[in-house]
Order: sequence, then structure tokens, then C-alpha cells
Amino acid sequence: MPPKQATSDLRLKDRAGSIFDQLMPIFATLAALLVGAIFLMLLGANPLVAYGALAQGAFGSFNAFTETLVKAVPLLLVGLGTCIAYRGSVTNIGGEGQMIIGAILSTWFGLTFTELPGWLAIIIAMLLGIIGGMIWGGIPGILKAYFNVNEILSTVMMNAIAVQVMNYLMRGPMIDPVQREAASQIPQTARLLETYRLPRLSPTRLHMGLLIAILLAVAVYFLLWRTTLGYRIRAVGQSQPASKYGGIDVKKHIVVALLLSGAFAGLAGMMQVYGVNYRMITDGSATGFTGNAGFNGIVAALFGQLHPLITIPASVLFGGLLVGANAMQRVVQVPSALITALNGLVVVFVVSSEFFRRRSQKRRQSQFGTELAEPEDAEMQQEAGEA
Amino acid sequence: MISDLLSATVIIGIISSGIRLTTPYLFASIGEMFGQRSGVLNLGVEGQMLLGSFVAFYVTLKTSNLWLGLLAAMGVGALMGLAMAFVTVNLHATQGISGIGFYLFGMGMSNLLFQKLVGTVEGVRGFQKISVPLLGKIPVIGEIFFNHNALVYLAFLLVPVAWFVLNKTTLGLKIRAVGENPEAADSLGVSVAGIRYLTVIMGGVFSGIAGASLSVALLNVFQQNMTAGQGFIAVALVYFGSWKPFGILGGALLFSMVNALQLWIQVLGIPIPAELAVMMPYILTLLVLTLSVSKGRGPSALTKVFEREG
Repeated sequence: MPPKQATSDLRLKDRAGSIFDQLMPIFATLAALLVGAIFLMLLGANPLVAYGALAQGAFGSFNAFTETLVKAVPLLLVGLGTCIAYRGSVTNIGGEGQMIIGAILSTWFGLTFTELPGWLAIIIAMLLGIIGGMIWGGIPGILKAYFNVNEILSTVMMNAIAVQVMNYLMRGPMIDPVQREAASQIPQTARLLETYRLPRLSPTRLHMGLLIAILLAVAVYFLLWRTTLGYRIRAVGQSQPASKYGGIDVKKHIVVALLLSGAFAGLAGMMQVYGVNYRMITDGSATGFTGNAGFNGIVAALFGQLHPLITIPASVLFGGLLVGANAMQRVVQVPSALITALNGLVVVFVVSSEFFRRRSQKRRQSQFGTELAEPEDAEMQQEAGEA
Repeated sequence: MISDLLSATVIIGIISSGIRLTTPYLFASIGEMFGQRSGVLNLGVEGQMLLGSFVAFYVTLKTSNLWLGLLAAMGVGALMGLAMAFVTVNLHATQGISGIGFYLFGMGMSNLLFQKLVGTVEGVRGFQKISVPLLGKIPVIGEIFFNHNALVYLAFLLVPVAWFVLNKTTLGLKIRAVGENPEAADSLGVSVAGIRYLTVIMGGVFSGIAGASLSVALLNVFQQNMTAGQGFIAVALVYFGSWKPFGILGGALLFSMVNALQLWIQVLGIPIPAELAVMMPYILTLLVLTLSVSKGRGPSALTKVFEREG
């Protein structure tokens, strides 16, 4: 065999191996579903029937699919924020709190200023949602960068504080005047004006937020891989000492990563109000308003390998799991909480599968030499050389 | 009404319930501390506590045997710890994110099992108060310190024991060595993986007990998400206490006293919004973390993967 042919054969083999690596999250999810099947059997349900009902409930009809997409919007937005933060080595798990504060600011605006044209009100509400998220993400960012406070812990605390702020406002100052009069006292705000609501694809509940979120996914892709800011965030994420040596202000970029990450979660909170419920409502618990999207968005982003564009289908998949879980609960009487547990397993399996990916990469590198090193690393090294 | 807070009965009440509320934090934080001192940050404590809490409750409900319930919670915690150890030590998974995965798993699983197996709010007869002979009869002091259930005493006993194990035994030396310089520990023949497995499983066992202390000793019911973030606070307390048992004790006491004060404020109907009272402990934790963490230094190898050369 001529040498050239051999090289291309190796390249082909390398590509096959690399595709296999890319599929790791899917294997991880299948593994989680397999474990879920065992749980289902232990609970006396037929896993095939259960998963069938789940798939049917999520993707089985046009209406079901639009519901899945509605659920996917906050997951995608939180997931995009996760992509930015985690690429910058900042573990933001404050999506819940950032969503809540973004929703509060934008809801307050929508209920207070009722004389504006709809499009203007929606734009201002979006900005306020973003600002709310940035405030709630920026505080942990500053605490991490300048006071060395672990951001995982501070974002958890910020989540708990946000829930209480929400409960206080919904029960008191922001409560629906109707509820204030009524004996029921349901902790919710009044409804937004009809003109202030995000356009829907009627008769479904699918709103314009999906389109915005997808455009933002493309924007995040460009931000991370086509701008200096994105390059610096990723550089800080890869190695802080090297970044510092290269003249990057590490602290500033940690704060920026959390600000941006919070901005997306805040926008997600705004969209839940302006696109889905048209009011803010709490059940007093941490997940009453967000429906756990602040955590599930992280799961979607991890599944999407922290790549904004892969996070789009990943969000649809996990949105589908959430919608389908209710159908599954109806058919086989297994509580939909199973899906939360399985999401947890997906996270564990995805981060564990990195090990196998790295190992096979290493093996291929030693087999094929350094010219086939991981493209991204090569790109980073090249850019670093230019800088 | 504010003056109500200053009456002797109320002050005794606050301190006494503050001490009781310290129990879950002490168990969970001390367990977490051992893991972190060996280099493993386990963020799944909340999930371990939730599952431990449910299992202890359920076994107690079915067998009426509290110690069996406690044992089951320990077992479940140990299994979760084992899984966490395998994933982080053998598969080199990112510790923070895998912890979040285990949190979601524990939360989903405990909700699922509760809805499927119990469904409604049911109470159990939990650990009863034991008045320490003689000491329990001392006025004020006896009421505050010596009239609690068995788990409260055990939690406070755990602090000096943990200090002793960590600082005065070979095992403690190995744990600290593995957390500070795993390469050196390895070259001296200490099994880095073995020590980390041990501490993370132990952490799981203690988190299980912490969860059980809520469902079969403090509240004697199980509710979905009943830990309400206490597992995460337990992790924060390890930082708060600068990775030292007595530092953790101080942090846990401070936190629980504020919490008890908050509960009493609500009981007495003092006109401070309940929500503000509930968020006080979190704001306090954030403040103390901000002021203290920059000074304290964690184990050098915390969250770092150890891989043997060759």
C-alpha cells in the first residue's frame, strides 16, 4: 500500500473514532434510560410501555411537540448561559435565582407601565429580564473574582434568597389586587396586558421566544469562537495562569462569564412570564416558578457538550422528557419525578464518559502522531501563539 | 413584641432549638469535611440527605424500628458515596458537576419513592428526648444542653472525635496528605484512591444520618424536598469552618441559632416579613463566606484529579 493511501486510511479511522467520541452523551443517556428501566420494573411498571407513553407524550402529535418546544425554551436559554460560564471554568448553578429575579424585574415593569406600544414594552421587558439575571449572576461573579468565594456555593445561596424575595413580593407588594381582596390570597401577580405578550403560534402555546433563543444560540457560537471576548473567556477556562501570563485580566473575565450566564437565565425567566403564563406565580417552593429549568438547562448544555448549537436539539430532547414524563405518569402510574432522577444520572454519566473520550483520544494521538491532535486545542495553541 | 424575644423562656427556647437544628449540619458537614480534606468536593450532599431522609422515614414507618431506619439511611448514603467515589476517583469526572448530578438523582428518587410508596403526609414516632441523668435537672443549662434526642448528642460528640481522627491518628495523617499532596502520599505507599473512597463513602454515611435526623428525630415526617438546601449549606459550612471540625461547629451553631431566632420571630408574630426572616441565614452565610474564605486556605488538591504516572 502506498504511504499516502495509508495516511488517508488512518485519517478515516481517526474520524470514525472521533464520531464515536461525539456520540458519548447519547450513550450516556441510553445508559441512564437503561437504569431507569430497571427502576420502572422494580416499581412494577413495564419499561417499554412507560417509555412508549413518554415518547408519545413528548413527540407523538403536533400539539405534544409544540409543548415540548415550549419547555425547551428556558432550558435552551439557561443552557446557553451554562455554555459560556462552564467554558470559562465557572460553575454557575444559580440559574434558578437568576430566572426569578429576571422575571420579577420584567413583570414589575409590565404591570407598572401600561401605556406603551406592545413591541416596545416587550423589548424593555427583555432588557430588564437580562439585567435582573446579570445582577443575580454578577454578585457571585464579583465574590468569586475578588473575594475568592466558591461560586457554586454562592449561587446556591443566591437561589435560596431569590425564592424568598419572590415569595415576599407575590404574597405582598406585587400580589394580584383581585387576590388581595379575595380570601384565597393565591400568591400571584395580576396578568399582563394582551398587547404585552409574546406572539404565539396559535392555537398552540408555542411563542416567539423559541425563535429568539435559537438566534441567540447562533450568537453565542459566534461570541465564543469568533470574538476576542469569547476567546479570552475560553482561555481563562482552560488555564488561568497561562491567561494571566498572556495578559488577560482573569478576574474581569470570570465576572463577565457569570454576568453573561446570568443574563441568559434572566431572559428565560422573563419569557416564562411574557410567553407562557402571562403572570408570575409561586407555590412557595424553589421550583414552583422555574420548574427546575435552572438545573435542567445545565443538563441540556452538558449533553450538548457545552456547544451552543448542539444545545438546541439537547434542549428539545430534555424538554420532551419533561413533557413526556406527565404522560408516562398517567399511563403507568410512576411519578414524573423519575425524570428528575434520570436527568441526574445523565449528568453523572456524561461527565464520566469524558474519561473514555479522553482515553480514546490519547490512544489515537499516540497512534497517529500529534498532527491529528484535537482540533480545538490546536486552534487555541495557534491563537495563543499569535497573541 | 420585640421585648418578647428577651424573656427567659424565649431565649432558652431559641438556644435549645438552635442546638437541635445544628444536628443535620454537623453530621453532613463533618462528613463532607473528610471528603474535602482528602481532595474530593462532594456537592451531592443534598441528594444523599434527601434519600437518607426518606429511607429512614420509610423503614421506620414500616418496621417501627428507629435504629433500623437509621441504619438504612446510612446504607443508602454509603451507596451514593460509593458511586460518587467511583465516578470521581476512577473515571476522573468533574467533581462539582457530578455532585449536581447526584443531587438531582437523590431529589428525583426521594420524590418518586415517596409518591409511590407513601403518598400522603404520615408521621412516625421518632427519637425521643433523653434527659441526661443529673445534668438534665440543672435549671436553664439542663433545658438547653441536656434534654435532646440521641442524634443531637451523637452529632456534638462527632466533633471532637473527628478532630481526633483527623489530627491525632495515622488515618487522619493519610487523609490530609492525600488532600494536600497526593503525589507525595502515593510515593510513600499511601493508596490515594483507597483513602478517597473511604472518606467519600464515610461522607455519604454521615449525610444519610443527617437526612434521617430530619425525618425521624427533628420533624418526624417526610415531605418532598424537605432538606430545602440544607445539604448545600452543609458544604458551605466546611468552607466557613476552614476545613476544621471545631470551625464547622462554630459555623453550624451560628447558622442554626439565626435559624431558630427566625422561627421564633414567626411564632411570636413579630412584624418582620417571614420571607426576610427565612433568607437571613443565607445572607449571613454569604457574608461570612465573603469575609472568611479569602483568609482560610483549602486542601491543595481539592477537586484535582489524581492520576498515577506510567
